[in-house]
Order: sequence, then structure tokens, then C-alpha cells
Amino acid sequence: MIDSLYVAWRYLRYHWGRSLTLVVCVTLIAVLPLALELLLDESERQLLARAETTPLLVGAKGSSLDLVMNSLYFGDSVPEPISMAAVDRVADADLALPIPLYVRFKARGLPIVGTNLDYFDFRGLKIQAGRNLALLGECVLGARAAEALGLGPGDALLSSPETLFDLAGVYPMKMRVVGVLAPTQSADDLAVFVDLKTAWVIQGLVHGHQDLGAVTDPTLVMERTDGNLTATAKLVQYTEITPENIDSFHLHGSPADYPITAILALPHDKKSAALLRGRYVAAGDQGEPQQILVPADVIAGLLANIFRIKGVLDAVILVVGTATVLALVLVLAVLVLALSLRLRAGEIATIFKLGCSRATIARLLGAEIAIILAAAALLTGLLLAVVGHHDEALVRALFIR
Amino acid sequence: MIDIRALEFAYPDSGFRLDIPSFALRDGEKLAVIGPSGSGKTTLLNLVSGIIRPQRGEVRVAGTDIGTLSDAHRRAFRIRNVGFVFQDFELLDYLDVLDNILHPYRITGALRLDRTVRARARQLADDLGVGDKLARHPSHLSQGERQRVAICRALLPQPRLLLADEATGNLDPHNKGRILDLLFNSVDARGATLLAVTHDHELLPRFERVVDFADFQSDFRAEVGADARADIRADSPADSERPPAT
Repeated sequence: MIDSLYVAWRYLRYHWGRSLTLVVCVTLIAVLPLALELLLDESERQLLARAETTPLLVGAKGSSLDLVMNSLYFGDSVPEPISMAAVDRVADADLALPIPLYVRFKARGLPIVGTNLDYFDFRGLKIQAGRNLALLGECVLGARAAEALGLGPGDALLSSPETLFDLAGVYPMKMRVVGVLAPTQSADDLAVFVDLKTAWVIQGLVHGHQDLGAVTDPTLVMERTDGNLTATAKLVQYTEITPENIDSFHLHGSPADYPITAILALPHDKKSAALLRGRYVAAGDQGEPQQILVPADVIAGLLANIFRIKGVLDAVILVVGTATVLALVLVLAVLVLALSLRLRAGEIATIFKLGCSRATIARLLGAEIAIILAAAALLTGLLLAVVGHHDEALVRALFIR
Repeated sequence: MIDIRALEFAYPDSGFRLDIPSFALRDGEKLAVIGPSGSGKTTLLNLVSGIIRPQRGEVRVAGTDIGTLSDAHRRAFRIRNVGFVFQDFELLDYLDVLDNILHPYRITGALRLDRTVRARARQLADDLGVGDKLARHPSHLSQGERQRVAICRALLPQPRLLLADEATGNLDPHNKGRILDLLFNSVDARGATLLAVTHDHELLPRFERVVDFADFQSDFRAEVGADARADIRADSPADSERPPAT
């Protein structure tokens, strides 16, 4: 058998282009479904891992999946907003630490996450370069966001208008990048973090403009009544917060009415968690507009549905795949054998005359197939090892954006 | 070395038929077989080497009636006792010179490849002037070099009988003479017997004996009568004086 393998190896080596093509074809057939399986398992693990580290989530009633996907993975589907009063409600219950989230806007396609510094502690986010948020108008970039945008501390980033043709909508705001986070292999890597108030500035709820009381240009004032000034459209509204104009930024109305999309509720203990959940459930019968969720349950439910379908698909793939692989192997073997027998008729006739048996000729051709399959298996193993080694990053790059 | 008696052979679905009442070749003899295309020269080599079996008659090689051997035994017998030199050399392009020479040892269990055989292969290559080209592939050899490698391959198992099928057919006159010298010297050095099929009548005087094969081939419709067949065991000098077949 060693002689057959040697001769087969010499043949394949001499015709290396043909051999390599065959090895690559077989490898692709094997590696694609297996690598996909690996990445699916990893994506499942990642989805669950982030959900499992997020104990409770409060948001507006509606799609629990949208709420979880937006709050944990900064997904595009924005849930109905709730007000900051909901944060006070959780805080007042003294059962959990509330961390508000406002995930609605984008900057060059990346989600802008409005939150407070508790979020950084909760997620264990570390500043790799620069510093953390301190002033209005500042932002901190996730590691991959910084890489994708090519920005670092000291650079500026414009928020994206919500809709291009909405003249009364959200205008771009120039934010100052003050820090970049260390990579965490999570959705945080691809986010732009701002303080909640900065998010409200982007929305126009907090704004800064020329001091109407001090203006000398009468065309800036439309109406002046008792202690009330109405500005004309000529009044300059700031789209960038600078040390010079920061003091002019102000809120209108009560802060409790300002919008957020969710609250991460970090209960003090299991009992607190149960009590807090109980309050929302009890209030649910009386028209409670908010819901409290256990993200892990929502994601588990989602995965159960996905993997129920995947189970059916797997069964189909198993049957179809096995049949396909068998057919391919058979076709490959028959093709290789048939083509080899045809192309190498002269060689076969020669070695037959020299004293080679038909069984040995079959063994020689079989050895070639075995070497091709072994090389393909080795290459498949290597590729799968590489995919397995980088599965976290690959899942982040390919599936979670 | 070879003793054929009352041999009859025909390919199925073909008009070809070969009848050889008797044919013999002594140990160490060098015999050339000539004849027109289709007269059965190559068929004779195939019968002698046991690649095909006669329908009737007896083919004895080195005292063994190879027609009675099983397929596996005939192959083993062939690889141990018969060396083949082909017209187109039939070297394998994907093997280098050394591997081509050693190839018979790798395709059959009847021969064992060991250090001695490798040393002998190198020596043989040196003797035939291709010792410095062992790592080359056939495509990087001249016609003459390829033929030498083919002879090395045929001689390595130390066969008692060497069958050459148009071994000099593709060579220029200069190389023909050199290759024939090498073939004869190698056969003499190893005490082997040579049965060579050739179309090249210029080379015939160098053989000890020549047989014109046209006399042994007939078809079913016009079979040559027994009277017309020569008994080639008769060592008649006239054999070598036969006119070239046309």
C-alpha cells in the first residue's frame, strides 16, 4: 500500500494544478456547512451570553424582541419611547439600579447610545485611549466603531439626520470624540456612546442658541411680550457644542418627560428582581404602559424558534447533504476513475504488461482518491480550526452589526 | 528459453489468426522477428509473456507452461522472468528516471524493493549512461536517454527473457546502433535471452537469427496451409537471409 501511495503521490504532485483543484473542491464541499454550523453555535452563544448578563429590562409595551434587540444589540428597530419618569420609578422602588438607554440615532451608520456612566461600569467597558464622557457634546467610540470610522480622541463625528427630506426633523450634530473603548467582542464595540443629554441635544430637545435677551439685531425677534421673546428663523441654533456656547444649552420642560427607549434594571438581589417584576406584572392589569423583561428569556425564546426551524432544516440538510456528499464522492470517484482510466489508458496498458494486476491499478487510483480526500480533510480541519479560533470575531463581523 | 508447440490464437470478433506449429529460442540467443504490420509479432510477445493465453497449444518459457498458470501466477511469472522494452518507451511522465526504473517493484507484490535493488538500479543507470539524470523527468530527456531508461526498467528485475517491441523504432540511425549495442551488452552481461520485434532491416545482420512472421499469420478464410509453414526450430541460416517483408 505504501508503494501505491507513493506512486499516487508522485502522480498528484506532478499534476499539482489538477490535484489542487480537486482538493479545493472537496474542501469547499466539506468546510462550508461545518463552518456555518460552528458560526451558528457561536452566534447562539454570544446572543445568549449578552442576554444572560442583563438581568432586567424595562421599556414600552410592544414587541419584547424589538426592545431587547435595540437595548442589548443596538438593533435598528426602535421601540416606543418611555420617559425619564420610568427611571425615577425604578429608582424610587429601591429594588434595582436603573440605567437609562436612548438608542435611536445613528452616526455614519453606527448606533448612538445615549446612557450614563453606570452603563460603562455595568458592561465593564474600559477606556483604551482618551477619557470617558464628561461634557455635553462628547462621545466615546467602541473599538470597532473607532476602527471603522478611522477616528480617535480629538476628532469630530457628525450624527446622521434621521430622514434626509424631513426639514423639521433631527439635524446633524457635531460631536467631539474624547475616548475609544477597549474591544469587548460585543455590540458595544460598534457603538457611539454619548451622555443622555447629548442624545437629547441631537434630537433638539436640549439646544443652544444666541442669547435673545442680549441680541442687538431686531430682526431676530418676532414678538416680545411680558417676559417672553419669540425668535425669528434667523436665530442661530448651535449644531456643535463648544466651550464658548456650552452655557447657552438648556432644557425646556421637565426632565422627567424626556424620552428614553429602555432602562437596564440591575436588581440588588434575586428577591428584589422578583419584587420589581411583580410590580410591573401587577400593574399590567391596570393599563400599565411599560413592560419588564428578562432578556435571557426573550432571546432563549427567539433561539428556540430559530433552532426549531433550524432543527427541521438540519434534518433536511442531513438527508439532502448526506445524499449530496455521497453522490459527489461517488461522482468524484467515478469521474476520477473514468477520466483517469481514459487519460491514462497508455500508462495502464504499460504497467499491465509489466505485470501489474487490475486490483493494483484500482489500488493506485484509489490511493490517489484517498490522498485527495485526506488532503481535503486536513485542509478542512485547518480551516475549521481557524474559524473556531476566530469564531467570536467572525460572528461579530458577519452576523451581528 | 522459449518453446512453442502447435499454438493457435485468434482475437474474438476479428479475422486475425495466428498459427505457430513450433517455435523455439535457446537460452542466451538473440532473435529478431520481422513481418508486416498485423502479422502477429506483438501478439507473439504477448503470448510469450503470458499477457494473453493461446486457445490451443503450449507456450513454455524457461520450462514453465505459462498457459496453465493462473492469472496471478502468470503476472508474477512475467514480472520475475520477462523484461519489456516498448517502442514508445512508455515511461511515466510523472515519475523521475529513478522511479521509472524502480516502477515494476512498486506495482507488484512479486518483487521486493530494498536497498540492494536501489543500488542495482543506480548501477544499471550508470552502466547505460543515465546515472547523472536520475532526478529528471522523461520530458527532460532525449529520445536516446528515454530508451536507455526503458531498458534499465526492463533489466532491473534481472529477467531471463527480454522482449523488445520495436525498441529502436523511433530513433535516428546513430542512436539505433548505440541502443542496440547497449541492449546486446546488457543481455550478454546478464546472460539473458532477447526476442526483438523490429521493422528495421538494417539491424537484422546483428541478430543471431531472424524470423519472418508473415509465414505464421493467416485468416479464417485464407488460412495458410501447414505445408507453407516453416518449422522455425530449424536453425537454418536462410532465416536471416529472408527478404524484407513488404
